[in-house]
Amino acid sequence: MKAFLILEDGTVFAGTHIGAEKEVISEIVFNTSMAGYLEVLTDPSYAGQAVCMTYPLIGNYGVCLEDMESLKPWPDGFIVRELSRRPSNFRCDISIQQFLEENGVPGIAGIDTRALTQILREKGTMNGMITTKEYENLEEVLPKLKAYTTGKVVEKVTCKEKYVVNATTDLSENGPISGSAKFDKAKWSAGEREKKPSLVKELNGAGLKVALMDFGAKANIAKSLAARGCQVTVYPALTTAEEVLRDAPDGIMLSNGPGDPKECTSIIQEIKKLYHTEVPIFAICLGHQLMSLATGADTYKLKYGHRGGNHPVKDLATGRVYISSQNHGYVVDVEKLDRTVAIPAFCNVNDGTNEGLAYVGKNVFTVQFHPEACPGPQDSGYLFDRFIDMMKRAKAGEKVDAAALYGNAQGETESESTQGEKVDADKNEGEVR
Amino acid sequence: MPKNPNVKRVMVIGSGPIVIGQAAEFDYAGTQACRSLKEEGVEVILVNSNPATIMTDRDIADKVYIEPLTVKVLEQIIEKEQPDSILPTLGGQAGLNLGMELEESGFLAEHHVTLLGTTAATIRNAEGRQEFKDLMERIGEPCAASKVVETVEDGIAFTDTIGYPVVLRPAYTLGGSGGGIAHNQTELEEILENGLRLSRVGQVLVERCIAGWKEIEYEVMRDSAGNCITVCNMENIDPVGVHTGDSIVVAPSQTLSDKEYQMLRTSALKIISELQITGGCNVQFALHPTSFEYCVIEVNPRVSRSSALASKATGYPIAKVAAKIALGYTLDEIKNAITKKTYASFEPALDYCVVKIPRLPFDKFITAKRTLTTQMKATGEVMSICDNFEGALMKAIRSLEQHVDCLRSYDFSALSADELRERLKVVDDQRIWVIAEALRKGISEEEINEITKIDIWFIDKIAILTEMEHALETEELTPELLAEAKRMEFPDNVIARLSGKKESEITALRYENGIRAVYKMVDTCAAEFEAHTPYYYSVYGGFCEAKRTSGKKKVLVLGSGPIRIGQGIEFDYCSVHATWAFAKAGYETIIINNNPETVSTDFDIADKLYFEPLTIEDVRSIVDIEKPDGAVVQFGGQTAIKLTQGLMEMGVPILGTQAKDVDAAEDRELFDEILEQTKIPRAAGGTVYTAEEAKEVANRLGYPVLVRPSYVLGGQGMQIAISDAEIEEFMAVINRIAQDHPILVDKYLMGKEVEVDAVCDGCEILIPGIMEHIERTGVHSGDSISVYPAHTIGKLIKDKITDYTEKLAKALHVKGLINIQFIAIGEDVYVIEVNPRSSRTVPYISKVTGIPIVDLATEVILGKTIRELGYEPGLQPEAKYYAIKMPVFSFEKIRGAEISLGPEMKSTGECLGIAKTFNEALYKAFLGSGVNLPKYRNMIMTVKDADKGEAIEIGRRFEKLGYTIYATRSTAAALNEAGVKARKVNKISQESPTVMDLILGHKIDVVIDTPTQGRDKHRDGFLIRRTSIETGVNVITAMDTARALVSSLENKEQSEKLELVDVAKL
Repeated sequence: MKAFLILEDGTVFAGTHIGAEKEVISEIVFNTSMAGYLEVLTDPSYAGQAVCMTYPLIGNYGVCLEDMESLKPWPDGFIVRELSRRPSNFRCDISIQQFLEENGVPGIAGIDTRALTQILREKGTMNGMITTKEYENLEEVLPKLKAYTTGKVVEKVTCKEKYVVNATTDLSENGPISGSAKFDKAKWSAGEREKKPSLVKELNGAGLKVALMDFGAKANIAKSLAARGCQVTVYPALTTAEEVLRDAPDGIMLSNGPGDPKECTSIIQEIKKLYHTEVPIFAICLGHQLMSLATGADTYKLKYGHRGGNHPVKDLATGRVYISSQNHGYVVDVEKLDRTVAIPAFCNVNDGTNEGLAYVGKNVFTVQFHPEACPGPQDSGYLFDRFIDMMKRAKAGEKVDAAALYGNAQGETESESTQGEKVDADKNEGEVR
Repeated sequence: MPKNPNVKRVMVIGSGPIVIGQAAEFDYAGTQACRSLKEEGVEVILVNSNPATIMTDRDIADKVYIEPLTVKVLEQIIEKEQPDSILPTLGGQAGLNLGMELEESGFLAEHHVTLLGTTAATIRNAEGRQEFKDLMERIGEPCAASKVVETVEDGIAFTDTIGYPVVLRPAYTLGGSGGGIAHNQTELEEILENGLRLSRVGQVLVERCIAGWKEIEYEVMRDSAGNCITVCNMENIDPVGVHTGDSIVVAPSQTLSDKEYQMLRTSALKIISELQITGGCNVQFALHPTSFEYCVIEVNPRVSRSSALASKATGYPIAKVAAKIALGYTLDEIKNAITKKTYASFEPALDYCVVKIPRLPFDKFITAKRTLTTQMKATGEVMSICDNFEGALMKAIRSLEQHVDCLRSYDFSALSADELRERLKVVDDQRIWVIAEALRKGISEEEINEITKIDIWFIDKIAILTEMEHALETEELTPELLAEAKRMEFPDNVIARLSGKKESEITALRYENGIRAVYKMVDTCAAEFEAHTPYYYSVYGGFCEAKRTSGKKKVLVLGSGPIRIGQGIEFDYCSVHATWAFAKAGYETIIINNNPETVSTDFDIADKLYFEPLTIEDVRSIVDIEKPDGAVVQFGGQTAIKLTQGLMEMGVPILGTQAKDVDAAEDRELFDEILEQTKIPRAAGGTVYTAEEAKEVANRLGYPVLVRPSYVLGGQGMQIAISDAEIEEFMAVINRIAQDHPILVDKYLMGKEVEVDAVCDGCEILIPGIMEHIERTGVHSGDSISVYPAHTIGKLIKDKITDYTEKLAKALHVKGLINIQFIAIGEDVYVIEVNPRSSRTVPYISKVTGIPIVDLATEVILGKTIRELGYEPGLQPEAKYYAIKMPVFSFEKIRGAEISLGPEMKSTGECLGIAKTFNEALYKAFLGSGVNLPKYRNMIMTVKDADKGEAIEIGRRFEKLGYTIYATRSTAAALNEAGVKARKVNKISQESPTVMDLILGHKIDVVIDTPTQGRDKHRDGFLIRRTSIETGVNVITAMDTARALVSSLENKEQSEKLELVDVAKL
């Protein structure tokens, strides 16, 4: 069946319909990861958006249900060049077609995804419609497209009730340590599939209790902490600070999530309260943006965002560059940052935008990228260990200043802003909406 | 970290002559790295024995030594040039080994030379088998478990710990005899017992069998600050068991989920960090197809063939970045040359699919086994880019130039399903065609996967292609079907064949419906950032990013495709130089080529690069968009010449020598007319199509005769026939492939072979120098030792050659380059062959005379005269030194290949010896080709009767050098009779000790074995030559070569120290 992607600017792509049969209007974004389409689909941060994969061959290894990052796919639509006819992987449960259909996600295949990406790059993220209906008069739909906003999506994606992810008590529960997996023919023949390998080699978080604020958390955030021995309690996004603190967590983790951080007004209020406690806080993505807004900083929308698994981020404490997994459309405005509150901890090597903050005099540390990977590089997984360390030191009664690590970072921040200037022409920045 | 200020003079080691496994990719990497170093103001001292390379150009390096790559020579160069650093990671394994030897002997420390890039300790850890294994164990990265055992009990006990199947490799047996794969204890006991008995030292290596696992590679970069990135990962379609150089490879990996992808990526980064590599590195993994189990197969701590492929596949210039890292920069300080905005510390995101197919030499070595194993056999490769796998595969297939354009090109339709099941078990270069036929015969994808272990995803893609073939055959050719076939990159002629229409009809239907190729850009970032480097590939369906540029005049330079025997790196040298010369003359340049190993496909050589197959249809699609003012075909070898007619039909003017004149040189009758006009003699001959006609001509001329197809390069299919029976045999071989052009049968003349390359401006010519071959006629010019200046021919002959060259060039209206081969017999000169285009010897003669003839030819093509270019026409004054080009072979890599030299070219590469005296130049040339004698001073002679006289003279000279000569019966008798002491040895079939025992005893320096005229079918001779080659003994099959060798050794006895020549100063 024919399908169409109509963009806010009037561009129309004609392709083939895939997935569920329905018409959707959404914000169109692109992701450059070459593998990991299922993790992208099940990342709640994509709520309110339709994702275009720039890699043209999607569905090659089908869907391995255990790789889902949440209970269902969140994007409103899925846009690909080609869906594989025959998936092939030893863990493949169903095909991507089936997955989309069963979960009610419509999509379009067979369009020039590279051309679409270029349009989004040039003109910025825009809204669009995926439909099987051939509209004769675009004027009929364009106003509807322009009117669309993602709105308060966090409330849609967060869990309804708090729940606990139990700590790993024995390393073997995590699956084999990466590199030590052994094929077992007998188990294979009996239909057993070996667990995904894990990079965790020690239960350094044993005995620690983490409160994870679910703004649309990817499953691997809780898993990464639990695999290190932390007991993780996941709270719905609108849980009050008092309620969280009542459970006396050793640390608080603010998760990733969808939408414009400035829409989350009540959450920001709660985070402000958390900030004023002595509980160590680590935040990822939306959590990082919300913490910055809670402490007086500003965020703005990037022209077309960072979505993919190849973004270099520099740890300003060490100068080391890590390749990171990213998915964000908004970013903290480092120019307007009050450096007595927080100092930059990471920056993006490509465009110089902020990728992390260390809070002055506080045991609070936040990053814009995704150390939990899934999909994407696992290079920054060490940050979970840093968080565990923050909690342990606090527990031992130490007064931790996250910015101390970046104490000599004054020079670094300057060089960072020079880097920002260097790439000024290419600034992936748009108007603050 | 900024640039290290202590690095000012860097010596770069090249990889030497092109051999199988070490080819043009190192010229690409080396050239890019040298340019990157010079960009930083570093002085570059280059050493490489290979004159056909671009890296040995004077504008690439400051000092250029085309000298043998031995430790001694490098030491001398270091003493002379006093570099502060040495960069050994660009010259392949050869360069790396030399760097290590220099470091380990303490020579570098003694001379205050730093090893740049990766350290010696790192190289040892990566290259030493045991060191590597220990390191991997320490960091928890798995290798295939293995153990050397001496008893069956130990073998069983060890296997119980690692599980079946296991590979058994007895130590010290030839060609792995006595080894095998054991799937259970019974098999293990049987094979192990046998293996232990056969092994001379009673040892067998028991190794976990990983054959059939997925083979995945990661290209990784790391800087001195410890920043690591992966440039690209690649998946071999052929599972573990086939050398990655012989595998069909796809980038990025297609069948790995994010979990496997990241697991292996993290492992690769861990390994490169642990090894503390600074620069580029390749990590190969075997991944179990149905679990997360994997093994690290190998790590290459240097640039490699895979890194060249990864560079072209992603646009990330690995060698360039590696050179900058070697100077001390970190990845986040190096700009991405494609986006010019992002930095080198990012990972390329691909939005297309890349397929590489190896170019195997079985068309040259028809007796060789086509089986693919862990020993690489490919001489080159092609790469293609498309937005779907099917299209990339189809494009790669037709890029091979092996008379294949689709999955029907090898016809297996006569085989039944059961026969196909058997055939599928054979792992050779035709496997994907067998799979296609198996699918057509209804064998299930699962069963094919079961037999071949090739992932079902790839098999299903092949099935999609066969289904499209079927649809084209059986369904009405609607625009929709046509568009879909084109999306999968079916060429028009294949669609025509399948649908029973004419190619022109298909093309017309396509254009009517707007089904045209569009071009997308390789930009390293999947369109996320704006890119500035126009590096394009075609797809069907979508928007076109390639824009017709205007303003400047525009020239299309057609590349030479995959490296193969007969058409090597020399033509890439010519294409690149022509491109540069056109650019200098103010032209916009466009290169079309499909070889990922070459300099010409580097994104910053031409103004635009189209990475596309070199077929008429593919070129037309580009011409439709670019509308070039002209095309130049004379630099791209036969590949480009073949496109001439097509280009003219598209209305693209051919710059330089015209197509009709190229035809005149190839067409027997037209050429005879020209010879008659110019009164230039040639060997009598005739043109034929059938064996009957050939025999008739041969008998009229009298045997021996030379038989060859026209319009080929490298003497493909050329043979000397001495009888009707041989004519029949050779004609059958030639006619296996339908010939568009007649076959030539010439009287075989025996004399001195002489060769010239010249530039002609239409009126006058310029000959940089005359080259003389050491071997008499009958050995292909590419396989002959070539001497400049010609030293045994007199002025009279030289004048005649100059005169004939001028006459022929003018008669053929040559504008640009011409290559002519002559035979000199007494005072007579005969023409053998005229090629009005660039030739194999162009880089060599340019470098040794210092006359840049490709640049001159380009200027001439653009209208300048030789005089205007500042040259006095005619033969240029001779140099005051000798420069000798030595062919280099890769026989040891191709099992079953006949190694004796003949009219068909067999060498894969060449090296140069340059010196004041003939003998020293000769010695250097032999040394450069790996003949480093004497060692044991033992030799074997077994020559045909006609050569006995010369054998005596040569034997006597070897005897004088202290050689002990072993000879077979009649050769020994002849030698002894003449007073040259020779020990008689038995033939293979006789009792021990036989000639074979001697060779296997590893105490022989050289075997001189001249086969009987024509094709030697004598098993003994063939076996002797093969065994020698496989045990590393030098084999010489022509008396002239033997004489040259003994002369060079005599020279060595006289002086040990070699004089070094800086070619950049010539």
